[in-house]
Amino acid sequence: MPAESVLLRFMEGEGTADLDAYLRAGGYAAARHALTALTPEGVIDIVDQSGLRGKGGAGFPTARKWKFIPRGAPLKYVVVNGDEAEPCTFKDHMLLERAPHLLVEGIIIAAYAVGARKAYVYVRREGYLARERLRQAVAAAHARGFLGRKIFGTEMDLDVVVHSGAGAYIAGEETALLESLEGRRAMPRQRPPFPAVFGLYGRPTVVNNVETLSHLPAVIRLGAEAYRALGPPALFSVSGHVRTPGVYELPLGTPMRQVIAAAGGLRAGRRFKAAFPGGSSSAILTAEHLDVPMDYEPLRAAGSMLGSASLIVMDDTTCIVRVVARAVAFYKEESCGKCTPCREGTYWLSQIFDRILTGRGRAEDLELLAHISRGMSNGACFCLLGESVPPSLEASLRHFRHEYEYHIRTGRCDVEEALAAAVVPGA
Amino acid sequence: MPPLPDEARDEIRRLPDHYEQRRSALLPALFVAQREIGWLPPEALQEVADLLDLPLSDVTAVASFYRFFFLEPPGRHLILLCTNLACLLNGAEGLRRHLEERLGIRPGQTTPDGAFTFRESECLAACHLAPMLMVDRERFGPLTPRAVDELLERYRAR
Ligand SMILES: Cc1cc2nc3c(=O)[nH]c(=O)nc-3n(C[C@H](O)[C@H](O)[C@H](O)COP(=O)(O)O)c2cc1C
Ligand code: SF4
Ligand code: FES
Repeated sequence: MPAESVLLRFMEGEGTADLDAYLRAGGYAAARHALTALTPEGVIDIVDQSGLRGKGGAGFPTARKWKFIPRGAPLKYVVVNGDEAEPCTFKDHMLLERAPHLLVEGIIIAAYAVGARKAYVYVRREGYLARERLRQAVAAAHARGFLGRKIFGTEMDLDVVVHSGAGAYIAGEETALLESLEGRRAMPRQRPPFPAVFGLYGRPTVVNNVETLSHLPAVIRLGAEAYRALGPPALFSVSGHVRTPGVYELPLGTPMRQVIAAAGGLRAGRRFKAAFPGGSSSAILTAEHLDVPMDYEPLRAAGSMLGSASLIVMDDTTCIVRVVARAVAFYKEESCGKCTPCREGTYWLSQIFDRILTGRGRAEDLELLAHISRGMSNGACFCLLGESVPPSLEASLRHFRHEYEYHIRTGRCDVEEALAAAVVPGA
Repeated sequence: MPPLPDEARDEIRRLPDHYEQRRSALLPALFVAQREIGWLPPEALQEVADLLDLPLSDVTAVASFYRFFFLEPPGRHLILLCTNLACLLNGAEGLRRHLEERLGIRPGQTTPDGAFTFRESECLAACHLAPMLMVDRERFGPLTPRAVDELLERYRAR
């Protein structure tokens, strides 16, 4: 455990789901300090200077988002996004299960900063353990006077309600989440107006990711400068072909190679082939990018993005066509159907991948894939779900075109064949 | 169809207290009804609509949108096999074939004895366990075909 870790140390070993364990680790001191010694504007300033950016995927500066909340509004809400359904992102569930009080404390700080008295935490249906631990944490915090009426003896009231999703990836998109929380189908709303102005029940609403808010206790405890000097820190979900897949806390900007090393490196005898640096919506990178710093701007310059900081590692046993086909199948399954480019585009892409992978590919299919992909780009889709498809598809067509062509020409997979040949030498 | 027991009806009536608008209680209310009956027959949708004073069409529209509302009776246990990227890269396709063979059904179906409903799932936010699956509320992984067989045996008995 890195001595300076700000989140991981609450998650390791037994974790700190137990309130006394969390208090022994210094828990709730930051929230108490914020409410008793700082003004809301003071809190926002510290968060601003800390460099904290949204961990849900978009990376929007957290304090800047809070500043959009109108001061005088009588009712405001904090809504926490715990949908975490972006493929291969699992840090939020890890936080909720092992250190739920970090989020509860973060909610108190955020609610104080923006003047909200009620918070909702939306957790995807399958997060049973996460919800149970969070509910227990909320109840325990309430019993100690950290939530409820006049918390920490101040004039502030705050209630936290844990709300279950019902199975829909699109509910992670913030306006679709609000629709779902209001008891409707999870379909994105037109933006603007943004939730900060017109959110839950039309009230000013801050929507933040679980990890984003879980950083707040450290931001307040350390102060902006010391926090920022840690990277600033971030949780990376590392999965795929690494020896010890898991959630790792590392400074933003850690080179991809070192993030892979933190997860135990590749398996014996395997070579790196490619990776998604930020979940399946981020463009696939290849070995030439192994030294790219895992941070917003460098990844954008490399043609990809940090997204939810979910590094999916693929070694030389991977058929890229199959991987991209699976990613496309995900977006087809999860398309809410509201707009045509996404609904139809993902459907047709899936059809084409299906025929390529079953040996019925046609010579013109690669041009067709590229054409459909273009039709889903540059704002063609109503929300970012549809726009998540083209980056990886286009990157794979660029870097691994020969794999597609081999599938189409022979009906077979060159990666599988090479593997089989290696297993039975001379066969 | 057994109507909802009184306690469940009271529970649903209290749900709107947590929200500024009553309608927010719809998803939680449907889960209460489903917990009692095992699925959501038309009578249950009507009852939820009555209890929350919402049009039945709104209730049906919501119940049919999300994948964890069952509009047909599922098996006693729900198997969600994750086949998204981290699990795919670690052998989920082999597990899918293994499960199909052992259960004698395809994803989306229920075994004839009513023990299991089997679904392929998107990422379940537990990629450190890849390849993994969930049975009801529990996660299992990293899995081997053998471990899958043991799970099936254990749950079939319940
Ligand atoms: C299709 C789609 C799915 C999303 N899923 C999630 C999610 O599961 N969790 C999350 O925190 N943000 C998700 N987001 C981003 C949210 O819309 C929003 O930007 C985020 O919750 C804001 O919180 P943050 O600023 O703290 O990151 C998703 C966005 C899109 C377009
Ligand atoms: S892009 Fe896809 S998910 Fe987003 S609104 Fe359009 S159909 Fe729905
Ligand atoms: S890909 Fe299977 S749990 Fe994430």
